[in-house]
Amino acid sequence: MEKKSSSFANLFLLFIFVILYAPIFYLIFYSFNSGGTMSHFEGFTLDWYRELLQDTRLLIIVLNTLVIALLSALIATVTGVLGAIGIRSYKRRQTRNTLLSLNNVLIVSPDVIIGASFLILFTMAGIQLGFYSVLLSHIAFSIPIVVLMVLPKLMEMSPSLEDAARDLGASNWNVLTKVTLPYIAPGIFAGFFMALTYSLDDFAVTFFVTGNGFSTLSVEIYSLARRGVSLNINALSTLMFVITVIFVVVYYYLATRSGTKGANLRR
Amino acid sequence: MQNKTFRHLFMLPYALWIILFVIAPILLVVYFSFFDIHGNFSLTNYKNFFTATYLQMTLNSFWYAFLITVISLLVAYPTAYILTRTRHKQLWLLLIIVPSWINLLLKAYAFIGIFGTHGAANQFLEWVGIGSRQLLFTDFSFVFVAVYIFIPFMILPIFNALDKLNPSLLYAASDLGASKWTTFRRVIFPLTLDGVKSGCQVVFIPALSLFMLTRLIAGNRVITLGTAIEQQFLVTQNWGMGATIAVFLIIIMVGFMALTSIRRRGV
Repeated sequence: MEKKSSSFANLFLLFIFVILYAPIFYLIFYSFNSGGTMSHFEGFTLDWYRELLQDTRLLIIVLNTLVIALLSALIATVTGVLGAIGIRSYKRRQTRNTLLSLNNVLIVSPDVIIGASFLILFTMAGIQLGFYSVLLSHIAFSIPIVVLMVLPKLMEMSPSLEDAARDLGASNWNVLTKVTLPYIAPGIFAGFFMALTYSLDDFAVTFFVTGNGFSTLSVEIYSLARRGVSLNINALSTLMFVITVIFVVVYYYLATRSGTKGANLRR
Repeated sequence: MQNKTFRHLFMLPYALWIILFVIAPILLVVYFSFFDIHGNFSLTNYKNFFTATYLQMTLNSFWYAFLITVISLLVAYPTAYILTRTRHKQLWLLLIIVPSWINLLLKAYAFIGIFGTHGAANQFLEWVGIGSRQLLFTDFSFVFVAVYIFIPFMILPIFNALDKLNPSLLYAASDLGASKWTTFRRVIFPLTLDGVKSGCQVVFIPALSLFMLTRLIAGNRVITLGTAIEQQFLVTQNWGMGATIAVFLIIIMVGFMALTSIRRRGV
């Protein structure tokens, strides 16, 4: 009885995995097709990859995307960490809750609304659409994620740690850099990482606030895909898939390692 | 005293962010919704919204978002349930999450190939004997791809809720003679309702506002609130109308959040 139901369950799970991964492998498979379509596989070729690597325009777009992601994640992390420390310092429950609700507005808002409202904002403020508008919006929507990643760590830290440091004569700056920041470091890294992935993944907000001259990878893929199938995109997605998987493996490795380390420390 | 100034210094960038990127954009959207296409202050946009075209579109958008949420839930719940029962559940969960890290546009692009006239889906239909048909640019393909994209986001909170469930409750239920179905209906489901609700939140609201999918997969056949906003802002350049639709989307969003969190307190 138990056995039978579990084999059905395994079949169901297998089916879900096939559905989830089939489209991705479909893309990868046809990136090696010399036929030029996503339906008839004619022969093996690496032409699409060659073409991709020779495309300097695309290379620049990839660089733009990376620069935006790294810069916005960095600035968002600094602002978010300071904000989280600030939120904790408010002792009144109501103030804290208000700040947290404001913090979460950009997380729950649909991308279209963030994009549209930022477009209005930048136009009103006279900021030209392009690199800076994209960077500012990426910083803006990454800050709340960093706060949400850091705040639980901060809350879990016993205040007596900081009090002890102060009693022993540490200055505010010392307390921050020698006690608080090292303690919440895992949260900071998680926040930075999340901000990075949010920025790399974002399409809708960028689509609204990017002008004509500037483009990120997502926006570029969208405009290419609207023109129909071209196997360059398949080659590109294969490379991105491989990079993502490497990313996940590294992250998983670090997470499990730091997880056991943290557990050991706490014992 | 000294602490206070330190704190204010901390909060400065974060407070600036709240004012500039959280409060100001919302106010600007509301402000812009009161201007017609010629820049005159009027209520025309609101009057337009309450005409048959826009109400129909809102209803349609709701219907699709509802369908997408329900189907995702029906697929995700059993998947999450089976996942919690597997041996290396964290690893399997990670494998479910990996596809959600692949750029959304690439996944949509894959389906352009799969659902294309000579794509894999039609080849399968031919092979089964149904014969090929138009799949791309239909309601079906839109719902299918949207469900595909949202499933990992639905699985994750349900998995967490199921994982936290105390197994002794299930033993108690079966000891007291409850059938499997009764156990599910009276014990498991009510206790994981929070997970289901947060899953619905992360699916329903984006489903109302996704515009790239409707463009790429549904070929403008399906117009969601998100598509309409994008259309007004970036194509028609009628920011006032776009802002008005955005205001309604925000109201719907707040209502939906309130609905799913008030009940949470009741449970």
